[in-house]
Amino acid sequence: MAITKVVLAKLSPTMDEGTIVKWTKNEGDPVKQGDVLAEIETDKANMEMEALGSGVLRKILVPAGGKAPVGSLIGVIADANEDISKALAAASTPARPAAPPAAAPQPAAPPQAAPAPQPAAPAPPPAAPPPQVAAAPPSPPPSASAPPQPAPAQAAPPRPAPGPAPAPGPRPVPAAPVAAEGGRVKASPLARSMAAQRNIPLGEVAGSGPGGRIIKRDIEAWAGAPASGRAPAQAPAPPPGPAITPGEEIPVSNMRRAIAKRLAESMFTAPHFYVTVEIDMDAAVALREQLQRGEDVKVTYNDLVLKACAKALTRFPMVNASWMGDKIATHGEVHVGVAVTIPDGLITPVVRNADRKSVLDISREVKDLAGRARERKLRPEEFMGSTFTVSNLGMYGVTEFTAIINPPESAILAVGSVQEVPVAIDGNLRAGHRMRVTLSADHRVVDGAMAAQFLGEVRRLLENPVSLFV
Amino acid sequence: MRDALNQAMKEEMARDPSVFILGEEVGAYQGAYKVTQGLLAQFGEWRVRDTPIAEEVIAGVAVGAAFIGLRPIAEMMTFNFSLLALDMIINHAAKYRYMSGGQVRCPMVMRGPSGAAAQVAAQHSQAFESIYAHVPGLVVAMPATPKDAKGMLKSAIRDDNPVIFLENEVLYNLKGEVPEAEYHIPLGLAEVKRPGRDVTIVAWSRSCITALAAATKLAEEGIEAEVVDPRTLRPLDEDVIFDSVRRTNRCVVAEEGWRMAGFGAEISDRVQRACFDELDAPVVRVTAEDVPMPYAKTLEKAYLPQPEKIVDAVRQVMYR
Repeated sequence: MAITKVVLAKLSPTMDEGTIVKWTKNEGDPVKQGDVLAEIETDKANMEMEALGSGVLRKILVPAGGKAPVGSLIGVIADANEDISKALAAASTPARPAAPPAAAPQPAAPPQAAPAPQPAAPAPPPAAPPPQVAAAPPSPPPSASAPPQPAPAQAAPPRPAPGPAPAPGPRPVPAAPVAAEGGRVKASPLARSMAAQRNIPLGEVAGSGPGGRIIKRDIEAWAGAPASGRAPAQAPAPPPGPAITPGEEIPVSNMRRAIAKRLAESMFTAPHFYVTVEIDMDAAVALREQLQRGEDVKVTYNDLVLKACAKALTRFPMVNASWMGDKIATHGEVHVGVAVTIPDGLITPVVRNADRKSVLDISREVKDLAGRARERKLRPEEFMGSTFTVSNLGMYGVTEFTAIINPPESAILAVGSVQEVPVAIDGNLRAGHRMRVTLSADHRVVDGAMAAQFLGEVRRLLENPVSLFV
Repeated sequence: MRDALNQAMKEEMARDPSVFILGEEVGAYQGAYKVTQGLLAQFGEWRVRDTPIAEEVIAGVAVGAAFIGLRPIAEMMTFNFSLLALDMIINHAAKYRYMSGGQVRCPMVMRGPSGAAAQVAAQHSQAFESIYAHVPGLVVAMPATPKDAKGMLKSAIRDDNPVIFLENEVLYNLKGEVPEAEYHIPLGLAEVKRPGRDVTIVAWSRSCITALAAATKLAEEGIEAEVVDPRTLRPLDEDVIFDSVRRTNRCVVAEEGWRMAGFGAEISDRVQRACFDELDAPVVRVTAEDVPMPYAKTLEKAYLPQPEKIVDAVRQVMYR
């Protein structure tokens, strides 16, 4: 009977390796096609991987906790007596990645999470862990700090390949990198010594030799590649100074690695500029109280901000666009990402077509998405494909901050808290509610005046919140 | 090359009366391959001695003569026949200096063609350098060019150790510049026959010529191969090889002998140990096929290292 190789599937478009969280079947267990075999941690979420064939799970090659590159053999399903030695031997020559399961109509390529506020976010008070999100009262919702995903519907964005530059040789360079089974990185001795000398992390270099072996040209390509896409690695060694008592070394999770890569790429590629406005929130505060008291409906300030952005974006298509290198692509739909803090990082679930949804729908949806994001239960189509992002640190009492654009979007809005402050009106001082929002925009796509006009529209909508409901 | 070898013997015999030649057909017939042409006429039958067809006798006489202070040049019509003389060579020539505590030396040269010629089949086409290089006490020299042949043979004749001097029938007609003036090429010195930056090909004797042809083909595709000719296999000038490999990061070894326990394995072993951190690919060997030499011309070609095989090996280490 047939042998079914269990190959680590590409469970998100930006996934290039995964961690086996757990196997739901043990070696020797009978398996039917479609059974859940294992839970895999991708760079974004934990996903279930299903068996593509039936038989007995004969061999687990990468145990729970282990990492493997996409496309590598992690197990074998076969009949109980079948000779699987050939299939096992093939473990050293990884199969090509399976097609991404979530063939959502979405974008073909872009990656994940991104922008983060620059201030190190103060630790949230233990009593009020981020889950509060959408329900939090006076201050705005989710803790977001960062980013969402991307999503132009167009062709693949011009983002640099994650791997090495293609070698000049006639052969295509396999993009699949790194580790062989068991996590050992295969590299020629020369490549190893070159990497050591140049302080290059071998794990980040894609190998183009047999079985993914990293060879000289891969190191040279890596070292010669533009800084984007691999920013973390080559930070120069710190100057010698007084020794610092070492703390702990924290292994970099897939998500952390993705955040690092994408945000560095965004920050160092897209020329950011920042425009801040202060918004009079008195009317919004009053509206929110009416809804809560009169209708027993809770909406957060962030829900209002989301709706205001979505509406404004329909009037400013260039803010809802992507830089494509030789062209600018505007997006025909408005999908707003909401940065949500989760234990190991952040993720940006997406409210699709937010311009066409009511504030109440948006509110319900954000609450649901944020909750499942924290459990890492989002499906890829739920955190990918945003065209604009909102990041809110108001719940931490932050007055204002700037966020890093979540590529390939061209703008992100950083939202501060609604605060009661003294305001001067016609020479009289009185108390009022104010909120500061800062737009980070990619100057390749958006100019200052447009950013100001867009923010003016957001402000107009929020200062006349009834317009958000019509 | 034939003339270069002849000149070397002629000059050394003229310089040193203790040098003499013995072997089958070396005198009256002028040498089976005409390498000793004219020497009988010049030096007389005391110094150019035809022997019976008895290789053990030739080797034995040479060893004995060397022990008492002469400098014999024993010609093997081909080294395929030297198998009959292995006891004299390995148990006597190679051992006495050591076993006598240096009281006895064996300053002899055993020379003649080794390796394949043209359709002389399984018994007459063998490359035996790996067997001789295996033995401590012997020097094994294998020139690839006329200049090396003359300079190295003169050094071999003057050497106080038994020198196995392996020529190649196919190379006897190879033409090349030979200095007019007196010169010697010390044994144990390798030479870069062609410089290049991309890959090191180590090859000797006829395989060196094959490697140079391969390097020419490779240059057409933009690969600059460096061809290193060790020239002497024992003692081996490993430094030149290592220096080259450290520059190119890749190494191919080509030889006419069989793969199993062939001399190329020795080079490969030393390179991986000395240059481990400089290697970008495993060392790849090109050898004869692991069978007795076939008689058929097409199969003979398939059996031997060819430029195409070396080119393929280079592509392999270049990941091309």
